Amino acid sequence: MTQRRSYQVGTGLFILLGFAALAYLATQTTSVANFRQGDSYTLKARFTNVGQLKLRAPVKIAGVRIGSVESIDLDATKLDALVHLSVDKRYKDLPDDSAAAIFTSGLLGDQYVSIQPGGSPEAMKEGDEFVLTQSSIQLEDLIGKFLVSGGPSKPANPDGGDSAKPADAPKPDSPTDKH
Amino acid sequence: MSSVRKQMPEPAPRKHEASRIGDALAQVGACGLFLFAILAAIPKSLRHIRETVRQIWFVGAMSLVIIMTSGLFVGMVLGLQLYYVLSIFGGTAALGTVVSLSLYRELGPVVTALLFAGRAGTSVTAEIGLMRATDQLSAMEMMAVDPMAYVAAPRFLACVIAMPLLACVFNALGIFGAHLVGVTWLGLDNGTFWSNMTSSVDVWKDVVNGLWKSCAFGAVVALIAVFQGYTTPPTSEGVAYATTRTVVFSSIVVLALDFVMTAFLM
Repeated sequence: MTQRRSYQVGTGLFILLGFAALAYLATQTTSVANFRQGDSYTLKARFTNVGQLKLRAPVKIAGVRIGSVESIDLDATKLDALVHLSVDKRYKDLPDDSAAAIFTSGLLGDQYVSIQPGGSPEAMKEGDEFVLTQSSIQLEDLIGKFLVSGGPSKPANPDGGDSAKPADAPKPDSPTDKH
Repeated sequence: MSSVRKQMPEPAPRKHEASRIGDALAQVGACGLFLFAILAAIPKSLRHIRETVRQIWFVGAMSLVIIMTSGLFVGMVLGLQLYYVLSIFGGTAALGTVVSLSLYRELGPVVTALLFAGRAGTSVTAEIGLMRATDQLSAMEMMAVDPMAYVAAPRFLACVIAMPLLACVFNALGIFGAHLVGVTWLGLDNGTFWSNMTSSVDVWKDVVNGLWKSCAFGAVVALIAVFQGYTTPPTSEGVAYATTRTVVFSSIVVLALDFVMTAFLM
């Protein structure tokens, strides 16, 4: 009888351990871990281009995560991207002249929304919109500008064939933005 | 069950290629039919739920030590190797992401299944093979106890239940090992390690898909182990061959099935 009980207890412990490991993996090491925010409020921001910004991308101030991207929609009348940001209630004293920008973490990392706090004494409230926004920087645009402005004026460029390249380079409809 | 016994391959010294292929086909077919027999016996085996629990103890809890040590060292090696490779590109911040994704998606289920075949599959085959060799299975039939419901199905069920749990433990220890190497020894930033991991690992696409895989691998290993034990020639040599075949066949099938499942789950 004690024999039987001991292996039953052992089996129970084993199953518990397995499920504990599963729960740990599922909640602590995956994107679920980023969900655990308590009360939050929503702010709006308009961007002319959101680039590769994804849902649930982090919202940061000074590099510290304060919330996440809740939704990304196209405004049908103004034809710009309307992004809803869900910000933790703990950070409810954002000045209402703060600016929102889309940055890339590292050269190849994911994109996130960075908020630069302003100096206004008024705080932003639920549903408020950022006045100042800066869209995601498109690498193709940068390269295109660089080629158009800097390319022909370069002294060491005797090859006439190169001048055809800048016209091709900044194609806006290239399938991938960056790799 | 006499039908399964009759399909036992007779030991023949020399055979034509065609009949060998025929034998292999017959073996695969018998194995498939055996799967249906086990599935059909599962409702009956629920009356012997104690036996299933005991088998979970044998195949699962007793495999914990080897699974945990292997998981720890696999994670540590992954941490070292990937740190070295990623540092060439200046991307060591992605260490947590790469380690966790490769563990959840591939290494966890596959390495656990291979170890499981070696640790638990062999013991199941040897046990059932000896039962066959010493006519215990026939004795059960004589006592009107269905050996499919009392011997085969509980072991099959136990393997299907134990494998995902073992894979989870393996993954958790692997992450711990990678963290130990990457953060504690090589000096990566702890926050970077975790936040990069949590931002790119998805519960359904990565963790749960890995679980499906390990369930399927558990079923495959269990089926092969029980089948080999059940159809072994009743000699000591036969049991030895059956045990070997369990490891060889389960490893091959697990790796092949891994490719197929990856293609489907992507």
